[in-house]
Amino acid sequence: MIAQRLLICLTALWMSSAVWAIDDYQFSSDEGRERYQTLTYELRCPLCQNQNISDSTAPIAKDLRREVHRMIEEGKSDDDIVDFMVARYGDFVLYRPRLNAQTAALWLGPVTVVTLGLSILLYVARRRRRSLGESAELSDEEQARLRALLQQTSSEESEQK
Amino acid sequence: MKRLFLFVPLLAFVAVVILFNQNMDNDPSKLELARKDQPVPTFKLGELYNPGRELTPADLKGEPMLLNVWATWCPSCRVEHPYLLKLAKEYNVPIIGLNYKDDRDAAKKWLETLQDPYRFVIFDQEGRLGLDLGVYGAPETYVIDAAGVIRYRHVGVVNEKVWRETLAPMLRNLKMANANAVEEPGS
Repeated sequence: MIAQRLLICLTALWMSSAVWAIDDYQFSSDEGRERYQTLTYELRCPLCQNQNISDSTAPIAKDLRREVHRMIEEGKSDDDIVDFMVARYGDFVLYRPRLNAQTAALWLGPVTVVTLGLSILLYVARRRRRSLGESAELSDEEQARLRALLQQTSSEESEQK
Repeated sequence: MKRLFLFVPLLAFVAVVILFNQNMDNDPSKLELARKDQPVPTFKLGELYNPGRELTPADLKGEPMLLNVWATWCPSCRVEHPYLLKLAKEYNVPIIGLNYKDDRDAAKKWLETLQDPYRFVIFDQEGRLGLDLGVYGAPETYVIDAAGVIRYRHVGVVNEKVWRETLAPMLRNLKMANANAVEEPGS
């Protein structure tokens, strides 16, 4: 009885995840199918903003999946397909934007910030080490002066007693 | 010199505030028009009422006009419709309809009941022209100049505010530019 219910629940769960595998495109090669999966995963749905076209149920995403499938079967390269999408919807559709003047800040920003942060850290650390090193090792002259000062204070203390 | 470094965090903060503030008006649901300043992509489609009449980009030339993407399945198009009628009837604005992924009979019935603001309607059942234009939702309204070049796109409902602040000045400028271009060779 319990096993039966569990089975029903599991089936329901399994089916709910299968619902959004909506289209059933046939590919002439496995390589084409893989490219389709990668491309629809990396192309962003223009209407729904935060979904790729493979997840989205929006009609526009369906149209774009159809186009991707058509172009793959026509033997177009990945670059051709991406160019096709960008010509119509702009850089917006790329989840992995290309490097150009407009996206330079996006690509180089993090690298710049990390490099800047690391160099500041290095600079501060090196300066601290240098100042520590200076104070730790006294020259002979300084050693002699230190000894003299210590003796002086200790004799002053004994005088006070 | 060392003191100046203390201002680095403040400067960074100010820079971030300026950056964020600039992007406050940037609506992420509005896509940039990838086809800006490009001619209308090639198409060959029938007219809504008259499927035998073949329409091509050549039909979108001659004067600056609006190309309105609409469908009967689009609720905002119904909201926008009375204003398009006003533009066409009162201001005599040339508006071409692009019936996008729709049913021919439903579209015809819609225009019979709600009246027709369009000079003619391109019937794009497959959404091919829509896709080539970069349509991602309806309604969308494109501004096309006399040479058939796409100048601007408004996504969403066209209303009094959009017309007065954006579309009307743009059409006026394009009309003036066109008049000058036509006059020059003759003078």
